[in-house]
Parts: sequence; structure tokens; C-alpha cells
Amino acid sequence: MKFIKGFGAFWYDFLVGDDWKIAAAIVTVLAAGAIIVTSTDYNAHVLTAVLAVCVAAAFTVALLIDVSRSKR
Amino acid sequence: MGSSAVWSLGIATFAAALVEMVEALTIVLAMGMTRSWRSTLWGVGAALVALAGFTAVAGYALATWLPEAALQLVIGGLLLIFGLQWLRKAILRSSGRKAMHDEAAIFAEQEAEARGADSEVRLGLDWFSFVVSFKGVFLEGVEVVFIVITFGLNADNVPVAVIGAVAALVVVLGLAAVIRTPLTKVPENTLKYGVGLLLATFGTFWSIEGLGIFSDSGDSLEWAGNDLVILVLLVGWFLLTRVLIAALRVPSNTKSNGRLEMSEA
Repeated sequence: MKFIKGFGAFWYDFLVGDDWKIAAAIVTVLAAGAIIVTSTDYNAHVLTAVLAVCVAAAFTVALLIDVSRSKR
Repeated sequence: MGSSAVWSLGIATFAAALVEMVEALTIVLAMGMTRSWRSTLWGVGAALVALAGFTAVAGYALATWLPEAALQLVIGGLLLIFGLQWLRKAILRSSGRKAMHDEAAIFAEQEAEARGADSEVRLGLDWFSFVVSFKGVFLEGVEVVFIVITFGLNADNVPVAVIGAVAALVVVLGLAAVIRTPLTKVPENTLKYGVGLLLATFGTFWSIEGLGIFSDSGDSLEWAGNDLVILVLLVGWFLLTRVLIAALRVPSNTKSNGRLEMSEA
């Protein structure tokens, strides 16, 4: 049991890292992209650019939340 | 794959491998110099064998089981999350909200722990130095392997990615043999920032491209400008991080109050 816990903790730390909000934000943006690709007509050039901006915005928001919490 | 892409792939894996190997070397030196070189080197050897097994299994599984677009989505997504974690630390360090990574301080901490630990002999080895050096080399090594496999497979050029990492290993071992102290002069914070930018750039490019797996054709999505957009993404991530560093900068007299956690790598 201790080994499984340690193994899980290692991969969580490795893949998700110190701030889970970043991982959650990226997964959310990619999931939204997947829904758009699956269910609507889209222009690939526009969609890729918009998703890139969303990734940058999601990272910025996650970082700012992190910093504002540390101030309290 | 153009020569500039080959160079950026080689440089990215070299820089990433260099910083991780410097960190592993600090742990190995602290154990070897304080406790037992024999047990420490057994730990390093065991970690390298485990890493070789991990690399073979992970590389084979990813290259064999996933179609191209799915590979781009999964690996690009992981690379993006990984890269943004590095950028987060770089931004917090550069803005004064987090302590700079200090190899000399980490060496001193490891050395003190090694001196204070009990002597336990297993299989004829000093168990503490064996386990600590094994964990240090394996954990830092997994990060290198992850970057080499993800960059190599997605850029369809694993050999160049491997050459970058091996070159870093040669440089670190060569310097260690000459200096015989932790490599404090390596600008780790700057290198990590640079690698974070590259990981975020390629991660953004590949993960979004890979969303094409959900389209009717299953082919990768096409960016306007194709591979040239990588340069635009790199500049975009660079500018965003500079803006965030400037906006979040803490005045020097209040740095200790605004800092987040201090002991992350």
C-alpha cells in the first residue's frame, strides 16, 4: 500500500507539479477544443490561434490566483 | 525537419538534461564525499539500469500504440503542463517571490542529512547513500527521459534528442571530474527559464495540432503558417513571461513576505 501511494504521489508530482490549477486549466482548454472539433464546423487556422491565446490566458489566470492567495 | 528545428531540438534536450544532471550530481557528490563512494556509485548504477528499462518501455509503448495526432495531443499536453510549471517557477523567481535555486545550499543540506543519518548496512552497502543516490539519479533522470522521448517522438527525430542529452551527460561528468564540487556556476535558473519557454512553445503547438484526432479525418489540425508559427509562439510566451515578471515584481525590502514555497527544485 505504501508503495502504491508513493508511486501515485511520484506521478502526480511529476505530471501535475506544484500547481494543479495549471494542469486543470490546460486540460479545460484542450477539452473545449476537442468539443469544438467534434461538434461544429470550424476554420482550423482560426481555431488553433484562438486556443493558443486561451492557453496563455489560462496560465496567466492560474498564476495570478496562486500569487494572490500567497499574499493573504 | 529543417536544420533550425534540429538545432532547437538538440539545444532544448541538452539544456534540460544539463540542469537535471547538475541537480543529480549535487546529491551524488554529497553522499559520496560524506558517506561511501562505493555504495553511492552502486545507487547510481542501479538508477541508470532502472532508467534504461523505463525508457525502453515508455518509448516503445508511446511510439507503437498511439496514432500521430493522438501522440501529439497526449505528449504535447503533458509537455505543455510540464513546461508551464517550469515557467511558473521562473516567473516567481525572477519577480522575487521565490528563492533562486542554489546548488551550494542544497549540497550543504544534503551533506548535513548524510552526516546525521544512521549507519545501516544491507547487501554490504551503506543503505542511506545507496537509496538517496538511487532516488536522486532516477527522479532527475525520469525528467530527462520524458523530455527526450516527447521531443524526439513528436519531432520525429529521437537520435538528435538523445545526442543532446548524452552531450549534457558528458559535459556534467567532465566538469565534475575536474572540479569535484557541486556545479554552482551553471546558470540553472536561466537555463530552466529557457527550457520552460521551449517546452511551453512546442507543447502548445503539438497539443493543439493533436486535437485533429477528434475531427472526421483524424488528421492533425493545421496552423496558419505551419511550422513557422512555432517562432511566433516562442516570442508570445517570452513576451507574456516578461510582462508577468514585471507586473509581479516584489520590491526588494518586502521579498521575504511575498515569497511562496522556498524549497522546490
